[in-house]
Amino acid sequence: MGGSHRTGPRRRGRGGSSPHPSGDRVLVLPGEEIPSQGLKPGPGTYRVGGKVYASILGLLSPRPPFVQVIPLSGRYIPKPNDVVIGTVTDVQGTFWLLDIGAPRWAPLHMTGTPWKVDVGETERYLRVGESVVVRVENLDPTGRIGVTMLGEGLGKLEGGSIVHVSPARVPRVVGRNGSMIETITRHTGAQVAVGQNGRIWVDGAPEAIHRVREALRMISEDGQRRGLTERVDSYLKSTSRSRDEGVEEPPREHAHRDAPAQDFASSPPPTDSGEGPDDERFDGENN
Amino acid sequence: MGSVGAKDVPVLLSPEGLRVDGRRVNELRPIKITAGALKHADGSAFVEWGQNKVMAAVYGPREVHPRHLQQNTKAVIQCKYNMAAFSVDERKRPGLDRRSQEISKVIAEAFESVVFAEEFPRTSIDIYIEVLQANAGTRCAGLVAASVALADAGIPMADLLPAVAVGKAGGAIILDLKKEEDNFGEADLPMALVPQSGRLVLLQMEGHMTRDELATALDLGVQGCRGIYEVMKQALRDRYSVAPAAEAGA
Repeated sequence: MGGSHRTGPRRRGRGGSSPHPSGDRVLVLPGEEIPSQGLKPGPGTYRVGGKVYASILGLLSPRPPFVQVIPLSGRYIPKPNDVVIGTVTDVQGTFWLLDIGAPRWAPLHMTGTPWKVDVGETERYLRVGESVVVRVENLDPTGRIGVTMLGEGLGKLEGGSIVHVSPARVPRVVGRNGSMIETITRHTGAQVAVGQNGRIWVDGAPEAIHRVREALRMISEDGQRRGLTERVDSYLKSTSRSRDEGVEEPPREHAHRDAPAQDFASSPPPTDSGEGPDDERFDGENN
Repeated sequence: MGSVGAKDVPVLLSPEGLRVDGRRVNELRPIKITAGALKHADGSAFVEWGQNKVMAAVYGPREVHPRHLQQNTKAVIQCKYNMAAFSVDERKRPGLDRRSQEISKVIAEAFESVVFAEEFPRTSIDIYIEVLQANAGTRCAGLVAASVALADAGIPMADLLPAVAVGKAGGAIILDLKKEEDNFGEADLPMALVPQSGRLVLLQMEGHMTRDELATALDLGVQGCRGIYEVMKQALRDRYSVAPAAEAGA
């Protein structure tokens, strides 16, 4: 029965404490009324009878003239120019279908690749299970996601493995100005490419991959507390001490959101030795 | 007491107004909800409600599996409710039956009226409900679990969807029937409420009630749903309250 639990969301304000100043994020749930203060309903909200309610679980974020809710979970919602990592799920005569973790599969047309692909020859270049770095090019109202592999840092991924984190956690993985990812690559010597869709490609020595994976798990699981970079840093330091290999060489590649992966962009058409990355998934988000 | 045979109807309401398990007529069974119980699902929840144990997983929005079900203007909501063979005393024959098909249908339709499916055309939102242990009210428990799982999956919707069954047993209108009350009682009235608008999006009934009793039962059920709503919200807060501040500019 009701009554004994906390105050329902419809009570305006939150007790006597300060009515959340902007910047301080408040968790809201679907159906919860949002004090809109004259702001228009933005993403993650809806309006009924002059009142604004949250439509998704997330953090309240006033962005005048809108009030919006930033999701904390859920699938990757593509945005134009996002660089993402996708896995081929189907091969057609002129295009491939990629799973980029979005609501729908994204077609990659053969003209969107650096290769000269003949119609019907698509499978010689990319097979089901192989992974690529692509850029979201256009979105149409029906939800179709157009992606391209033409551009710097885009291309097929050879070797390595792919780790999944929640798309909501990607900013944390990257860190401010790429600080987190810089920390990780510096300490492990691994190559890392982060897709905006929460798929992260890691390559390097097996133990380096393992440490990157652990670091990503830390970020996925307790990205909420402060000092995360420090804790990841100390974890990586402690593990590099234990196995004294002196692998402190600077990372060959350094990735962040704008340039997820580098020089394989112009790599020649793959022969059919195609060894895609292992696909490994721990969604710290759902843990 | 010692001579109560299996066929005997238990005393559903004592002279003191207590039910078989000692609850009063307007009391819910203890309910515990764990949001995000499964790793690989986009969203999930585990509900323990009285002696019910129900797991729900949500996948999607994703590609529609049987392609012909795809809709050009909105997501299709597909629900599969299933009871485990071991969920009841007498082994339940596994697989689809008329009852589970019906429940799947009414639950999917309940969610169709709250989920903002137009945001994801040509996709499917798949809800799986597995009843591991049943003790009456599993469609409501399943619906509650699925609703928390949908929120956990970040799917946009008007509101969470609390649900509860009201019924009549021992001549009284009672909230949240348990098995004996369902089996030997006079009526069963499961319902699901949209708290934000006050609308009911699922309402079924079995048995007999007078018009006045129905009105009382509806009021009691709405009251019960509001109680469950709080537990659902708390479950989601517990899971996300320490969530990261998604960095503004990044």
